[in-house]
Amino acid sequence: MSERTNTTIDAVPASSLIQRFLHGERDVFHDLIRPYEQVYYRQAFGILRNQQDAEDAVQQAIVILFTRLDQLKDPERFRQWSMRIVQNEARALLRKRLLNSYESIDDSELHGPEGVFRRPRDFTDWRDLPSEAAERQRLRAELVKAMDTLSVSYREILILRDVEQLNMEETMEILGVSEAIVKTRLHRARLKLREALAPTFSRSQPSYWERWKGMNPWSPAKR
Amino acid sequence: MVTCKTIISQLSDYLDDTVSAATREKIERHLRGCRRCSAVYDSTRKMLVIMGDEEVFEVPDGYGLRLHGFVDSLVSGAKSF
Repeated sequence: MSERTNTTIDAVPASSLIQRFLHGERDVFHDLIRPYEQVYYRQAFGILRNQQDAEDAVQQAIVILFTRLDQLKDPERFRQWSMRIVQNEARALLRKRLLNSYESIDDSELHGPEGVFRRPRDFTDWRDLPSEAAERQRLRAELVKAMDTLSVSYREILILRDVEQLNMEETMEILGVSEAIVKTRLHRARLKLREALAPTFSRSQPSYWERWKGMNPWSPAKR
Repeated sequence: MVTCKTIISQLSDYLDDTVSAATREKIERHLRGCRRCSAVYDSTRKMLVIMGDEEVFEVPDGYGLRLHGFVDSLVSGAKSF
């Protein structure tokens, strides 16, 4: 997988840092989280959609990681374990924020019959794409805005799978759901995000996408 | 005859390359002949290319400094739990 963690820092295995931490070298905690700290932020922001809240949730998670590191049974799974904690803390903060709000943390669409077919609303052909920096910038901004229109369940799965490009097993472990649920939710989230972006893409300049031709975004070898 | 409904329902798995060779073949045959499904496939694929772009979901300035400052306070025992 082409994951977005910092592989140069990853060169020091988390397991050895954890061992040192547990033997009293508390300073190594900095190095332990460094490869993942940006992932933690994007993950929390994807759920909370607010910078301050996202940073608060990450700090809450950091306290848990720091104080419960001895409970991690398999040090090789530090990343999934820590991301699960970030996930839980971000969700907990979101629940707190929504306490007096009408918005629900659950997406009612997720409770409908799985596999219900909804024909994508807009069949605008996006085969022609933009190349100017400004156009890319605009598309990025539109993407972030479009993400905001999705439910939290959809946002979190898109962040894990399509932004951080985690594999199925890691995603299942972090979200605590089955493979079938990951697949269904991801499928719906992608279609929904695509719909939200449809007007944006139809305004794009043709040249931008030329260089992406033939590229499979999920094929690490080509990234 | 494979319907558009079937194709769209398998789109995500197809993009993730988790379908069987036979299914892939069926999907690709359909995409060649169906402009609408092919447009949905293409646009979804491109959307995911942008999502994988590191600069899309940026981490705010100073985040790392704030976080490690916080870790410093944990390390020095300044924080109580």
